[in-house]
Amino acid sequence: MSTARDTWRKQPFIANPVLRYGLYAAIAVYIVTTFATLPIDWDRMVQGLSRAGRIFGGAFPPSFQRSELLIDGFMESLKIAILATVGGVLLSIPIAFMAARNIAPLSIYYFGRAVIIIARSFHPVIVAIIFVKAVGFGPFAGILTLIVYSIGFVAKLLAEKIEEIDPGPVEAMRAAGAPFLSTLVYAVFPQIMQRQIGLGIYQLDSNLRASAVVGIVGAGGIGATLANAFGRYDYDFALAITMVIVGAILISEAVSGAIRKRIA
Amino acid sequence: MLKITSLVKRYGAGDPVLKDLDLEVPGEEVVSVIGSSGAGKSTLLRCINRLVEPTSGKIFLNGTDFTSLGKRELRVGRRRIGMVFQSFNLVDRLTVMENVQSGRLGYISTWAALSRRYPKEDIRRAYELMERVGIAHYANKRADELSGGERQRVGVIRALMQQPEILLADEPTASLDPKTSEQIMTLLRDLARELKLPVIINIHNVNEAKEFSDRIVGMRYGRIIFDDLPDALTKDAMHEIYAGVPHEDRQMEGAAA
Repeated sequence: MSTARDTWRKQPFIANPVLRYGLYAAIAVYIVTTFATLPIDWDRMVQGLSRAGRIFGGAFPPSFQRSELLIDGFMESLKIAILATVGGVLLSIPIAFMAARNIAPLSIYYFGRAVIIIARSFHPVIVAIIFVKAVGFGPFAGILTLIVYSIGFVAKLLAEKIEEIDPGPVEAMRAAGAPFLSTLVYAVFPQIMQRQIGLGIYQLDSNLRASAVVGIVGAGGIGATLANAFGRYDYDFALAITMVIVGAILISEAVSGAIRKRIA
Repeated sequence: MLKITSLVKRYGAGDPVLKDLDLEVPGEEVVSVIGSSGAGKSTLLRCINRLVEPTSGKIFLNGTDFTSLGKRELRVGRRRIGMVFQSFNLVDRLTVMENVQSGRLGYISTWAALSRRYPKEDIRRAYELMERVGIAHYANKRADELSGGERQRVGVIRALMQQPEILLADEPTASLDPKTSEQIMTLLRDLARELKLPVIINIHNVNEAKEFSDRIVGMRYGRIIFDDLPDALTKDAMHEIYAGVPHEDRQMEGAAA
């Protein structure tokens, strides 16, 4: 017993010391050279500071004089977010079932996964630019964009939830001779419903935020109002719009958080 | 009557789990299948309703060859075989009534199932059966609010809602405490008599098997090596069935599993 060792050290993540220290050194060198070679123009930075000062000076106090425009833009954003959430969540359900390995046959599974990967691979702003080109300026482009965005998020997480369900009830329904759809309705839906509602509420919150961004590239809503205000150097109005956006997002986050806690 | 002839189930290239197995369950009798874990009891039961696809062999239930049924025919055929599970396999978030009615899903349309418009006679039958086992007052409770014994009662009633010609029970009491376990076994035996239903029970607890069944089938490594009345199950026969498990551990296995 007296020979028991009294020192212990955690095993390093990379066992080979040459490889370990080599990797650390390589990362350090890369970061230093990147900073050294990056075209950072300090003069322009200083000028930028004074310009930023002018913008903020012009923005105070925020102007709510054209509040009608502000409210119109905000209501449009809200409509875009709600319609996109409803459409996106409804479309997500069948796609999620297609992309769940324990439900779908292999070929359909690959198709479902492909839809999700495509929907996820582009940032909403890029999707919005494409839809604005396709269907013209305005809220319709925004709705289509956010539907794609919602599918990418909701369908992916819902498919993961479907793959995690307890297979016992499914087996019981099959043993009772239940048809496929009835089995889904009785054995699978109850197990994913709570998650589905939570995802829907989270997505509404997320879509409201994203609708402000996609509006800047022409997809309607309060983002468009904000872009116009900046374009006309109405910094005080722009600040008012920003404040409303931040306020709305804070409220929606609090509400969705409270609801999701309730249903948990 | 259930008749199984030369049933083989093989997973992949390995040794078959069921090796050329013959079994006949006539009329209304309670048959307990015993054997250590991995003997193939569960696979045997699941081959009967083809939750597990048999590799070869024939399975006849009252004249229907289940092994030759197509996909659609199989679905309709499964309505004739009720199944009770070790982990109950209830849907936790649905009410007891919905769980009980899910035994009828093979008979009613998806729309009726979705809108919960169950036929009157199904509802009457559900209440009668729930009354019989003492869970009728739970009809509107969520299944996960019930205790283990109550949950298994729901599982049994769900299977009986199918009006099955045979009942398969895969270790129905293994997740329950000894007292509840006896209650469920009593229930299965009594219901089998009342409804004139043959029952096959996979079970670990040999004492319960002897007490509650009309016949005991012992399995070992995919073969039936014992098939007789409960009284004929001697110590030697038990040794044979559970060879490899030390004698003193047997009761433990029965109680713990």
